[in-house]
Amino acid sequence: MPDLGSRHLSVVSVTNLVEITELNFGYGSRLVLKGINLTVRKGSLVAIMGLSGCGKTTLLRLIGGQLQAHEGSVMVAGQYLNNMSQSDLYALRRRLGMMFQFGALFTDLSVYDNVAFQMHEHTSLSESVIRDLTLMKLNAVGLRGVQSLMPSELSGGMARRVALARATALDPELILYDEPFAGLDPISLGVIGQLIRRLNDALGATSILVTHDVQESLKIVDYVYFVSEGVIVAQGTPEQIRASTLPFVHQFIWGEADGPMPFHYPAKTMANDLGLREA
Amino acid sequence: MVLESTLRNIRLVGDGTLKIVERIGATVVFLGLTLTQSATSFRRFDLVIREIFYAGVQSLIIILVSGLFVGMVLGLQGHETLQNYGSEQSVGVLVALSLVRELGPVVAALLFASRAGSAITAEIGLMKATEQLSAMEMMAINPMARVVAPRFWGGVISMPLLAMLFSAMGIIGGFLVAVVLIGVDDGAFWSQMQAAVDFRHDIANGIIKSLVFGIAVSAIATFEGYEASPTAEGVSGATTRTVVSSSLAILALDLVLTAFMLKGWS
Repeated sequence: MPDLGSRHLSVVSVTNLVEITELNFGYGSRLVLKGINLTVRKGSLVAIMGLSGCGKTTLLRLIGGQLQAHEGSVMVAGQYLNNMSQSDLYALRRRLGMMFQFGALFTDLSVYDNVAFQMHEHTSLSESVIRDLTLMKLNAVGLRGVQSLMPSELSGGMARRVALARATALDPELILYDEPFAGLDPISLGVIGQLIRRLNDALGATSILVTHDVQESLKIVDYVYFVSEGVIVAQGTPEQIRASTLPFVHQFIWGEADGPMPFHYPAKTMANDLGLREA
Repeated sequence: MVLESTLRNIRLVGDGTLKIVERIGATVVFLGLTLTQSATSFRRFDLVIREIFYAGVQSLIIILVSGLFVGMVLGLQGHETLQNYGSEQSVGVLVALSLVRELGPVVAALLFASRAGSAITAEIGLMKATEQLSAMEMMAINPMARVVAPRFWGGVISMPLLAMLFSAMGIIGGFLVAVVLIGVDDGAFWSQMQAAVDFRHDIANGIIKSLVFGIAVSAIATFEGYEASPTAEGVSGATTRTVVSSSLAILALDLVLTAFMLKGWS
């Protein structure tokens, strides 16, 4: 674990693009993340897995600076996000890309304008250069042919691919994916998975993937963190995770209905609820 | 028992009042934030022009048709009342002053709040619910500057123009009823109107009113959209609040502005 108090942390950590140390975060009095320690090496593709509501999307938002840690630290690209000014945060975010759960494409802009959006906002490139770059980004996800369509005219899988092209528009160093496989058919799911891996390697980027889709993720990622009830309960390479004998990981990987995560939500006994006298 | 219930009712009234005051305060703070984030809107005025199209141009039909009907009704009612005093030739003055001073700014603003204000709230609210605003923030683009400020200024610029068009259509409506239908002398209709309507006291004050209403409606609409809960229920509630709060704000501000304008600002 890195020494938090050390000023030369960012120099030591050049191989780690993201470092989270002893992170605690909660909404109100409810603690969502407890004592999280996590590192992401440059160039790697890391998955954060866990059940719905376990805090993994919150973790992604902390890495993106949309939320502030209550305790502990989040460091991205050598900069601590704690108490960072908005201008510094925006400067850092120019080096990040994020793909949201359902794409979050701007519904009033065409596919082309969605992908070109950041180039128009953040660069002074000429229109012809922006056009070439945008078409190249769309070509990389196989959707150059839909450039003039509106987001409402796309299927879920296509919208996700356009969102992927938009997230990589400015060749970011770090790409964050929030549930990129949610609600996709098997073919679209495979396509998105392969694109995430291929784009990460082609751009020399680092990617963090928040998902509960085990099989697709284990095919493409380099390392996995398992989060349960706000705590990292397991971590390792896909091979280590597949071979894990930890009951929670086993139940999660093989999709078993009952196990450490019980089928029934805690409740009074059935007899009690039905007003029957218990034997 | 009676004391307890009275105290509870007083507490409820106090609670409600505090919430309203808090909401008004939050809207004003939001308006301040919008103003500080307005540089982009003026640097890239095409963003504002686009919003003028959506808020202003697309409200034209309802504004023009309503203006025409309101003017026609004023012509009918005005003629009916004025002929009792033998001064039906002054119906043009009545129509013009009613529209330019009061009905133009107020009714146009109420229609604008219902048509464009609700649309602005729903659009921003849905952008929030579908994470488009979060996506923009993650792209290092401030949604206050890129989404809220252009819509605010689009509304502020559209409102006086719509109010003027409402009044113009109303005057045409009054003319059609009073002159064409009833037969009031058209020379008297126009000349008395020209003599009685003062640019500074009537037209300019009407424009000032509609500008203030435009600021109020646009601030409320953008605030409610931005603060909406990111759910279908949240967006629908925010849209309703925009129409209700804007309408009340317009009527309250109209009273205050009219009082100042009649007494003079000093």
